[in-house]
Amino acid sequence: MKIAVCIKQVPTREWHPRVDEAGTWVREGDASHELNEPDAYALEEALRLRESHGGEVVVCSAGPARVQQVLREALARGADRAVHVDAEWLGRADAFVVADVLHDALREEQFDLILTGLQSDDQGHAQMGVVLAERLGVPHSTIIMQVDVADGRLRVKRELEAGWFQWVTMPLPALITIQSGINQLRYATLKGIMAAKKKEIRRVVPEAAPPARLEIVELAAPSRSKQTTMLTGTPGQVAADLVRRLSDEARAL
Amino acid sequence: MTLVVLEHDGTRVSRASWEAVAAAQQMAAPGDSLVCLVLGQGVDAVAAEAAAAGPAVRCVDDPALARYTPDAYVAGVRAAVDALQPQLVVMAHTYQARDFAPALAARLGAPLVSDVIGARRDGGALLLRRPMFQGKLVAEVKAVGTPAFVSCQIGAFRADSMTRGSGAGAVERLTVDFAGSPSRQVAEEPFREARQAVDLGQAERIVAVGRGIKAQEHIAVAEALASAMGAELAASRPICDNGWLPMDRQVGSSGQTVAPKLYVALGVSGAIQHLVGMKGSRTIVAINKDPDAPIFEVADYGIVGDLFEIVPALTEELKKR
Repeated sequence: MKIAVCIKQVPTREWHPRVDEAGTWVREGDASHELNEPDAYALEEALRLRESHGGEVVVCSAGPARVQQVLREALARGADRAVHVDAEWLGRADAFVVADVLHDALREEQFDLILTGLQSDDQGHAQMGVVLAERLGVPHSTIIMQVDVADGRLRVKRELEAGWFQWVTMPLPALITIQSGINQLRYATLKGIMAAKKKEIRRVVPEAAPPARLEIVELAAPSRSKQTTMLTGTPGQVAADLVRRLSDEARAL
Repeated sequence: MTLVVLEHDGTRVSRASWEAVAAAQQMAAPGDSLVCLVLGQGVDAVAAEAAAAGPAVRCVDDPALARYTPDAYVAGVRAAVDALQPQLVVMAHTYQARDFAPALAARLGAPLVSDVIGARRDGGALLLRRPMFQGKLVAEVKAVGTPAFVSCQIGAFRADSMTRGSGAGAVERLTVDFAGSPSRQVAEEPFREARQAVDLGQAERIVAVGRGIKAQEHIAVAEALASAMGAELAASRPICDNGWLPMDRQVGSSGQTVAPKLYVALGVSGAIQHLVGMKGSRTIVAINKDPDAPIFEVADYGIVGDLFEIVPALTEELKKR
C-alpha cells in the first residue's frame, strides 16, 4: 500500500506568540517549532499500516525551509521518503492554499491512502485534509480512531461527539484525518536518525501562490469575558486565600 | 439571503444549531432574509420545530440521508445553495460540519471560516473573529468569495439571543437526485464504547488535570485534592489518551460536558476542545504555570505557579476545615 502522510510544522505549545508590527501575523523569529501533534499520530498510524500491509510511507509538508526539520524527524521515525513543497509564503497560508499546493505535488503519485491530523495547532482551521480529498477526487472521513484495510476497502472508526463512535466504510484510494490518541507514538532511534540522512526529500517549488480564501484583518490577544481574580503569594498564602474566597465569596465549598 | 444548516438527532434541532441561527442573524446584512435547512429522513418534526421559530425552512427528506455521510450532505446542501444562492451559509462547528463543509466549500470554490466566535459588520464587509495559536490570539478575518461558509464555535453565540419571527415560517421540500452519484462512504449505526461508569454531569465539584500534571504518578496529587474537596476527578483529553485516567473521566467536546458548582483546573492549558465542556461551571479556578494559558480567560480565580507546590498546600488548607 502506498501511503502519504501530510504533516505540518507548528510553533511549540510553550511559545507565547506576539503580534507583528502590521498587526496581521505573529513575530515568528522567537518561535521554536515542532511536529503538529495530530499529524504525529497520523504518521504513526501510517507506519503501522505499512508494517501489516507492506508498501511505502511518504511524508509531505508544505512550508518554508524550516519544515525540513519535521520531515527529517518523520524519516527518522521510519517514513521512506519525503516531499517538501517549499515556499516562504506557505508559512502563513490558509488551509485551501496548502491543500492546493499539496494536491499539485502529490496527484501524480497515485497514493492508495492519505493520512493527516484532524487539525493544526497553529491556525486550527480543521479543513486541509478534507479539501485535499475533494481536490484529489477521493472519498474521506474525519476524526478517526481506528483504521482497518481489507480487500481494497477501508473501514474506519469515526469519533462523534460526547463519547459516540461510528464505523464508516469506503473504497480506496481515500483520505482520512486522524485524532490524537489513536495509537502509542514511537520515537526515533539512533539507527533511524542515521538512516534518515540518506533518505530522499523531493523538493517541489510551486509556480505561483494559489488564491487565499481568508484575509486576516487583525490579530490580537483575546479580550477577557470574565473578571479573573489573580491570587499571589507563597503557596501557603494563596491556598488559604483561595479556600477563604471559595467558601465566603463563591460559596462553592 | 443567509442559509443556516441545522443539525438534529432525528427529532429535535440541536442546541448548537440554535446558536448558529442566532449567529447568522448577527452576521446577516440588514434586511437579509434567513432560511434554515434540514437534511435527513423522516424529519418533518425537525423542520416544523425550526419553522415555528420564524424562519422559512427548506427540507431535504431522502433515504440517502437516513444516516449522515459527507458525500450525501455535500450533495444535499449544495442543492440548497444552488437553488437559493445565499451570500452566507452558517452552521455550528461540530464534528459533522468539520466532515462535510470543507469539501462543499472546495467544490464551490468558496471560502470557509471555521470555529468563529464573533462577528461584526464594517460597512458592507462581514468581519469574523476566530481563535488562532491554541486560543492565545484571536484573528479578525474576511472571507474572500461567495457564498461564505461559516462554522460557529459551540457556546460562542447565545441561542436565547435569537430573534423569533412573529409567525411560523413556511416549510418547503427540496428534491435532490442522490441516485446519480451515490455516497462513497457507507456509515454504520453510531455506538458508545462502554457504558459511562462516571457521570461527571452530576458532580457538584470537579478537580480536572491537564498536561501540566506531567506524569501518571503525579495524578495522586490531584486525587488528594479532589478527596479533600469532595470532588470528582476529571481530565483533559491528552491525559486520557495517555491512559493516565480512564476515558470516561474526560471533559470536553469528545468527552463529557459538565457544569458543576466548582471546577478546579490543574495544569489545564484551556484548549477550546476542553473549554466547551466546562465553561458553564459556576465557579472556575485555574492553577497553571503559564500566565498566558487560555484557561485563565474563563477562570474566576487564577493562580500562576507550580501546581506541585500549590495543590498540596491547598489540600492541607482544606483538611483544616
